[in-house]
Amino acid sequence: MADTATRQENYDHLVLNTCVLAGRIMIESGSEMSRVNDTIMRIAKNAGLKDAQVYATLTGIIMSGGVKEVGAEVGSIDKRAFDMEKVAKVNELSRAYAAKKIDIYEFRDDLIHIDDLVANFPLWLQTLGAGLVSGTLVVVFQNNLPDFWITFIVGMCGWAVYYFLNIYIQIRFLSEFLAAVVVGALALIAVKNGIGYKADDIIIGGMMPLVPGIPLTNAVRDALSGNLISGPARGIEALISACALGFGVAIALHFF
Amino acid sequence: MNLFIIKCICVYFSGIGFGLIVNLPHRALNVAGITATLSWLVYYVIINTWGGLGAPNFFGGLTIGLVSVVIAHIKKMPSILFDVPGLVPLVPGGQAYNTIKNFALGDYQVAFNYLSEVVWIAGSIALGFIVAELINKIRIKIKYLPFGWGK
Repeated sequence: MADTATRQENYDHLVLNTCVLAGRIMIESGSEMSRVNDTIMRIAKNAGLKDAQVYATLTGIIMSGGVKEVGAEVGSIDKRAFDMEKVAKVNELSRAYAAKKIDIYEFRDDLIHIDDLVANFPLWLQTLGAGLVSGTLVVVFQNNLPDFWITFIVGMCGWAVYYFLNIYIQIRFLSEFLAAVVVGALALIAVKNGIGYKADDIIIGGMMPLVPGIPLTNAVRDALSGNLISGPARGIEALISACALGFGVAIALHFF
Repeated sequence: MNLFIIKCICVYFSGIGFGLIVNLPHRALNVAGITATLSWLVYYVIINTWGGLGAPNFFGGLTIGLVSVVIAHIKKMPSILFDVPGLVPLVPGGQAYNTIKNFALGDYQVAFNYLSEVVWIAGSIALGFIVAELINKIRIKIKYLPFGWGK
């Protein structure tokens, strides 16, 4: 009798742990809050915790199982990046669990090893992507076809600087600021040496990969779905990013 | 006309490029580019017929919201994968840059003009998203009507 009770307790602990882990991965990868809540509640319901409650914010998750023996679990979230493939993977795993294709042990195992399961694009491909965004958007926004290639290169340099500083400094706003300085400086130098035509257009293009598009979208969505903690918090995140980019460009314009 | 075709191709590749940056799954990349192109086409048509700043961005945002939800249902992936790259060609990058530049140069009057444009455009896109979400919620409600009316 006591044995089954402990086993049930262990199982409930495991479910709570899995839920918090899933939510943590989703928030760290840049998912919106309503999806996080939805996924966690779905996992809990499928695992048999009918009265589970979850409170998720941008910096932490609190979850209780709604059963007497098991308390609550807290998961803290220190850093956030953008990795849409992880969001998709957690979603996929949650669907597979709902369809009973995997059990809770496999689910938790996959979540713990998600870094091995999800492949990142290699750095050269990401840099190429940044170049693509920069170069093409100069044509779209400013009708400026001749500056395509130089913007492509400036955008790639800006992204590479951002990427490496992010690894070493780990303060996102600072690396954004320095990347913006590099983009502005390169654009102005290129125009001075006759490689580019319009410095303004090149800077606009080169900044586009760094623009905080996802935090802004998520801020609007979170605020609209009634999450008044995470919506404004994300808005502030986006605002600080935008200010960092702006100061970077302003400094480049001033000195070069 | 030539420039228009080039721009269409450019928008497609900008969607894919942003997808590469935010690490979209491989099978979502192509669709993300198509979403971006569709929303930008809507934006382009409206800005060249009605003009103005609000309406084109509103309908662009609306298109992104609707298309990404439909594709998310078909592909069984979260809809956020498709609306982030779709947003890229609508972002008011030029105006935002001009705001910063004029602030830096001390032309506050011009800067505020650009800033109000940025706020207006971002607000319109957000409103488009809201309406798309509203339409989606109504669509889900209708599914539960009796006699299968929503199908």
